[in-house]
Amino acid sequence: MTAATLPSSSFPPTPRFWQNRTVRRFARHKLAVVGVAMITLLILACVFGPYLLPYDELYIDLRARFAPPLTGYHIFGTDPLGRDIAARLFNAGRISLLVGFFAMVLSTVIGTVIGVVAGYYGGRLGTVLMRFVDAFLAFPSIFLLLALAAFVKPSPFMITVIIAVTSWMEIARLVEAEVRSLRERDFVLAARMLGLPNAWIMFRELLPNAIGPIIVAATLTVARAILMEAYISFLGYGIQPPLPSWGNMLNGAQQYLDKAPWLAIVPGVAITLAVTSFNFIGDGLRDALDARSDLN
Amino acid sequence: MLSYLLQRLWQSLVLLLLVSIIGFAILNLAPGGPLSQFALTPGMTREALDRIAHQMGLDRPLPIQYLEWAWRLLQGDWGKSYRDQRPVLDIISGHLFATLLLMISSTVVSILIGTWIGIKGATKRYSIFDYSATVGAMIALSIPTFWFGLVAIYVFALKLKWLPAGNMYTIGDQSFYDYAIHLIMPSIVLALVNIAVWSRYMRTATLDVINQDFVRTARAKGLTPRRVLMKHVVGNALLPMITLAGLQLPTILGGALVTETVFTWPGMGRLFLDSLGYHDYPVVMGLLMFSAILVLLGSLLADLLVALVDPRIRLG
Repeated sequence: MTAATLPSSSFPPTPRFWQNRTVRRFARHKLAVVGVAMITLLILACVFGPYLLPYDELYIDLRARFAPPLTGYHIFGTDPLGRDIAARLFNAGRISLLVGFFAMVLSTVIGTVIGVVAGYYGGRLGTVLMRFVDAFLAFPSIFLLLALAAFVKPSPFMITVIIAVTSWMEIARLVEAEVRSLRERDFVLAARMLGLPNAWIMFRELLPNAIGPIIVAATLTVARAILMEAYISFLGYGIQPPLPSWGNMLNGAQQYLDKAPWLAIVPGVAITLAVTSFNFIGDGLRDALDARSDLN
Repeated sequence: MLSYLLQRLWQSLVLLLLVSIIGFAILNLAPGGPLSQFALTPGMTREALDRIAHQMGLDRPLPIQYLEWAWRLLQGDWGKSYRDQRPVLDIISGHLFATLLLMISSTVVSILIGTWIGIKGATKRYSIFDYSATVGAMIALSIPTFWFGLVAIYVFALKLKWLPAGNMYTIGDQSFYDYAIHLIMPSIVLALVNIAVWSRYMRTATLDVINQDFVRTARAKGLTPRRVLMKHVVGNALLPMITLAGLQLPTILGGALVTETVFTWPGMGRLFLDSLGYHDYPVVMGLLMFSAILVLLGSLLADLLVALVDPRIRLG
């Protein structure tokens, strides 16, 4: 049967973005939509919030220490130095979200390259690489992160790097499995017979087939990276004050828990919202991108 | 069975080797390396530093240093703490009990609650309970453990005054009741993430089992639904959970570190952070290696347990 004999309705014009099957499936996933809405609001607040507030995030006002939320223009109150928490929260959000995002990019690159190479070449090289993945997974990631963070100068850049260095393993495993299952397929054989270089076959022929699971894993990695930054900054080895991050805003909060609980509550809610959003979006993407799930 | 055992043991040994290489690399390739401690001493000169490096054998090729380090590790010489010169292994074992106590009680809590939520979610699929359990699990996975701990302390220790805010026991008391009451909050806080993971997996595992023929046969024999569920479904659904327990070990151990900090629990996590603060690298390295070995042992045990318990696995 040729295309011409089919009713023209089975060949709609190029679908628009929202008509795309994946996009439609994603949009039907309620949690994912909630996640997108929450993270969009959070990003907008972090980008524009600091310009709308009358306070600088570093401005110290010792007369206004420990002001509870909704005191004057301090919508979230002030910290032990009288700095405005809202201003710090939004500026911290910029750093925490950027660290989370770039740590995801870097760890996805590392994980993908190692996974593709291990899956494509297989054999001894593949085994050695995957054993290294297993070995990295044997360390509790927080122990590894802290041990590394204690050695390096804790700039946002280095924090991003060490988070990436300790969170690429899952993506490597996933890509390796996908590539290994595909490498004997005819299209790979055809590419080999054409004499295409291995790098081309790996990254242009094989990798696009694994893009769905990679996107899902990458989204969940953003969530994890934001959490990891919060953990190590809370423990004092991440982003260093006066630069605010969601984690280090919580660093001193415990000692004032009774006196000023908002110090702990406000940044914690921000972290939870951001991480929840990315987890929801990841879940929605998994359903939307999985070709095996039902088509209606 | 024996050949499986040997094969699995061999795999773990290979992993242990790689783990030690990574650990050694972190210690030595980091800026400053093991010498950074001494470089901070006032009045330290380049020559004195070189002499110390020579004494410690740090001027020799890295592979040689690695072999020496690994050999001493195998013999139980994990180095001495910079802080008080005590052997690292002694210090670690002194903190082991507190961490194990916390991990075990938290694991018990998460298995009990997690399996219950999972089974209920699977038997009442797509119910309001199932849906809220799914969403709840995703939110629970998104809450930073330490923050959840802070909120719990604020509510249950500071406001309601039901539970102590931290520590493992009251000095001078140390009765069983005293330990128990101190254990409640940290265990539940640490369990939160695992309850989420556990309930999800248990739900899937139960759904896998529930549609199998032997369950239908059991129902057809006229057993009560409750009996079918408890005897035939749950028992089989719990099998993959053993493997999961092994896989979750790094997460539980890492979570314990953070939980211990919030609740001033005198375990390995607190030791790790204190040692970091003092740049006490032998202890830091020791803990890193120790936790990795613990994890490897855990997953080895889990695999062997599955092989023993699951009648479908006939090995060797």
